[in-house]
Amino acid sequence: MPAATAVPSVATEPRSPAAAPPLSDAQLRRLAELTQGLDAGALLFVSGYAAGLAAATPRVREEAQGPRATVLYASHTGNGRRIAERLAATLESRGIAARALSASDFAPRELANERLLYLIASTHGDGDPPEGARPFYDFLLGRKAPRLEQLRYAVLALGDSSYPKFCEAGRIADERFAALGASAIASRIDCDVDYDAAASAWSETALQHALETLKPGADAPRLSIVTPLRATAHGVAVATRDAPVVAEVLTRQLITGRASDHPVTHLEIAAPADTLAYAPGDAVGVWHRNPDFLATRIAEVLRLDPEAPVTLGNERHTLREWLVAHREITRLSRPVLDAHGDARARTGVLRGWQVIDLLEAYPPEWSAEALVTALRPLAPRLYSIASSRSEVGDELHLTVAAVDYTRDGSRRVGAGSHHLASDAPALRIYIEPNTRFRLPADGDRDIVMIGAGTGVAPYRGFLQARGAEGARGRNWLLFGARRFASDFLYQAEWLAARKRGLLHRLDLAASRDQAEKVYVQHRLREHGAELWRWIAGGATLYVCGDAARMAPDVQAALLGVVQQHGGHSDESAQAFLSELVAERRYLRDVY
Amino acid sequence: MSRDAPLSPVEHIKAASRRLRGTIESSLADAPTGAIADDDTQLLKFHGSYQQDDRDVREERRLQKLEPAYSFMIRTRLPGGVCTTAQWLALDGLARTHGNGTLRLTTRQAFQFHGIVKRDLKATIAAINATLIDTIAACGDVNRNVIASANPVESRLHAEAYQWATQISAHLLPRTRAYHEIWLGEEKIAGTPEVEPILGATYLPRKFKIALVVPPVNDVDVFAHDLGFIAIIEGAGAGGGVPRLAGFNVTVGGGLGATHGDATTYPLLAQVAGFIAPKDTLAIAEAVVTTQRDFGDRSNRKRARLKYTIEAMGLPAFVAEVERRSGVRFAPARPYAFTTSGDRFGWTRGYDGRWHLTLRIPSGRIADRDSARQLTGLRAIAGVHRGDFRLTPNQNLIIANVPADARRDIDALVLDHGLDLYARASGTSLNALACVALPTCPLAMAEAERYLPDFLAALEARLAHHGLAQVPVLVRISGCPNGCSRPYLAEVALIGKAPGRYNLHVGGDAAGTRLNVLYRENLTEAGILEALDPLLWQFANERLPNERLGDFLWRVKLLPA
Repeated sequence: MPAATAVPSVATEPRSPAAAPPLSDAQLRRLAELTQGLDAGALLFVSGYAAGLAAATPRVREEAQGPRATVLYASHTGNGRRIAERLAATLESRGIAARALSASDFAPRELANERLLYLIASTHGDGDPPEGARPFYDFLLGRKAPRLEQLRYAVLALGDSSYPKFCEAGRIADERFAALGASAIASRIDCDVDYDAAASAWSETALQHALETLKPGADAPRLSIVTPLRATAHGVAVATRDAPVVAEVLTRQLITGRASDHPVTHLEIAAPADTLAYAPGDAVGVWHRNPDFLATRIAEVLRLDPEAPVTLGNERHTLREWLVAHREITRLSRPVLDAHGDARARTGVLRGWQVIDLLEAYPPEWSAEALVTALRPLAPRLYSIASSRSEVGDELHLTVAAVDYTRDGSRRVGAGSHHLASDAPALRIYIEPNTRFRLPADGDRDIVMIGAGTGVAPYRGFLQARGAEGARGRNWLLFGARRFASDFLYQAEWLAARKRGLLHRLDLAASRDQAEKVYVQHRLREHGAELWRWIAGGATLYVCGDAARMAPDVQAALLGVVQQHGGHSDESAQAFLSELVAERRYLRDVY
Repeated sequence: MSRDAPLSPVEHIKAASRRLRGTIESSLADAPTGAIADDDTQLLKFHGSYQQDDRDVREERRLQKLEPAYSFMIRTRLPGGVCTTAQWLALDGLARTHGNGTLRLTTRQAFQFHGIVKRDLKATIAAINATLIDTIAACGDVNRNVIASANPVESRLHAEAYQWATQISAHLLPRTRAYHEIWLGEEKIAGTPEVEPILGATYLPRKFKIALVVPPVNDVDVFAHDLGFIAIIEGAGAGGGVPRLAGFNVTVGGGLGATHGDATTYPLLAQVAGFIAPKDTLAIAEAVVTTQRDFGDRSNRKRARLKYTIEAMGLPAFVAEVERRSGVRFAPARPYAFTTSGDRFGWTRGYDGRWHLTLRIPSGRIADRDSARQLTGLRAIAGVHRGDFRLTPNQNLIIANVPADARRDIDALVLDHGLDLYARASGTSLNALACVALPTCPLAMAEAERYLPDFLAALEARLAHHGLAQVPVLVRISGCPNGCSRPYLAEVALIGKAPGRYNLHVGGDAAGTRLNVLYRENLTEAGILEALDPLLWQFANERLPNERLGDFLWRVKLLPA
């Protein structure tokens, strides 16, 4: 029985000794009472409800009575979570107690007690671990990290080879585990955006080693992994990365003014609650189609016939269809460079080259098959959701900045944004939950939303939800845009919300409207005293947008505010912010 | 007058404004919106600025979830329309840096800047003040810019009229320091608000307009104003004596604004109250203003102008009240005569031998467009010119006080920059007026300034068809019935009803002494031309020598009496 159906099995076979449910007899009786007479749909609802509760409740009962594995994921794109949950389920099914959890939910001090640990770590920005995993990394790399002679481990590194410090976060953890005396049961694998095959191979190796080392005994308890059931009362499959749904685009509206040099499109997409359930803060994964003109151009450069069929494995498409729907043809990744083999091309990554730039600069002698083999499989793009169901019903809204520029006289676009802004009547999408970026459960809490550009998207959803809930906490938006007149995304909505008392403060930093650039961090400092009062009063801080510059600048400004107005020293201000992170009162969604 | 009716909302805003301060300062500091608070939009007018938005992109921006493209119009107070070359250069610079790259000359002899965004508003007003021109009371329920005949030929008299315009304007200014605090950063005065001895705590019931005119040229359209002063000249007889200002015939109760579909509103010509000596000018001006302050309708803004106050009181009672307040008795009016309301284009020689060049500026809009690089050209002229500039009440510009030896340089610059329309355009084109209207004026119902060239072309084609190409017709277009371009005095006027649709008025005269009448309603351009065609045909066939279209239409009784 798959782990995911553990709860219904408890309900129908309350005394099954094999399951050894962690409930008292009295609790089991009440559960049986509660579930008596419910149909399958209702039972599924109850199970989902309980799973939701479980996800929000720290698990305390999992003391290890036998060999137990922990699968940690340090990833906020959802890919890490998926791999971790899959591995944990497989371990469970093979008799090894396993838990999959986010590094942000893992108490680092428990490391000393772990016997078998899998870490799936993704790398962001300039070689950084994801936001939520920072406390884990700080502990692991810090002086307080314990010796780990008892620990066996394996690391799967996720990354994007179009960035210079590819898979850095995974490498650092791997090396640190080894330095602390832990022994690797499988060598680290560095995965690119097309991680599927490599991740499966790693999981398989990891499993084999676990089985050999741990030899699960018959008395080992099979601990249930409580995973929210991704099914609905109607039995309709929830859209997933591997099984997206086709969703209709209802509205496409340019929401930047005439003078803008960075056009942004607002999309409204039909989103039935059963297949595309989401909460504000979540993202949408979009399986885009690459621009046709780019496929044409690639074929042209390599002197290939775009309409000729190409077979790879058991897939057969025209070259054009391969390029448009199945391969990454914008992001230039390391494997493509490796396949290309020209050392001169390596600097292209640093210069922000796309695949076409490489092919044009140093055209390789590739057959269509070689081209398709060299290119990486298409990966979906993620966009923050800019709406709340409480306001928009069965829709979801996105805020998409166009990446569209000219290099050496020819057009370059961002494949995802180009597809979204095109006239495609429907999109293949799924929801990518982002539980690290949620409104406080307590509506009385104040929130401070800090963002720039399309980083404002989740805040639109937040504010809609807070308005619909009648949340009594105050809401403060600090927004950075290029130009007031053209780039103040959703300006009319923010002003309307302010007018009706839903948005309590609204501060704009328009960077290009004056000689000296003004950014959102300047506004934070400017309103430091007020900001400190909000923080001291328990406000939750959100930061969304550019990871490379805005997030560190905002971080520095916040540190300054905590020092200047909170009376903290340099050091204790750091600790104060770390504490906010730990309390989930300083949440970041940066990319 | 409904004296027991509740006060209009604007009266409450004025009363609560602490002498026009309101919350303008915090409105200016509110960066997330390009607008100011609703109440402040009423108060800002008193400081010489209107909040507007680019109506061309209003709908587009609504869809973009952006607020309207708000900007501000700033209007200067420039009594008599005289400005120096240094002032010109400074204003030109502001139009380029903070405005939309144009300067607009108004029918009240003022400059208007358009497209100033909120964050530049304070700096722009401060910079205007630095040139010794202010914007106080250029709009709002106060005495607006005082205008005076611009014709500089009889320069001595013109200078006197200009001096009076300046004095009257200063005498009737608001006394509040709000303007200096908000825009010029002067210290805030604590305690009780300033006393407004003339305008009163809630200022006037409505706008108030004053004009001075030196006959025989009625370029100010003196009968269109709440208060007018017609200069009575002595000593300019056949004997060749030096002309002297004997005094003024005072006119009261003119006003052109009306509201479509509201029969209780209508344009009225001013009536002559009597003659006064020059020394009584300020006393009379003040008494007329305070009488209107105390007797004007403060419940219904559509009926708040002086013309309705006088209608309600009766002229004799009104005159008696003014005499009582001023201690001045009106003498019987002296004879005077007007020949034209138009400008004298081209070079004219003044009494002292200096020269004046009147340029045609269509709709008063100074811009660089195609071959007509007016803004650049006038900047170049301001750089070499040794005299000054005069804005005419017909939206045109006089390069005044040019020594004879400098004419050639000015002519060259005029020609180089396409400013020589005065020498090329037909009489009809030279004298046409249009208000700003779309896209910036919030009141506009139809195009005016942007439509004027097309309409003139269409009309002139019809005139030519009837053999009337050489007969000037006084044409004015207004985007709404408020009448900034004084349409009710034109021979042919279009008054905006809806995009592309106008009411057609005909029958004014060339000297600004007769109102026209509504001839047809709600016409498109084709409809306008169709309605005019038979009138033009008959005019062409039955016209007396030198007879104007407006006069003809009355003579042959084509219009309802």
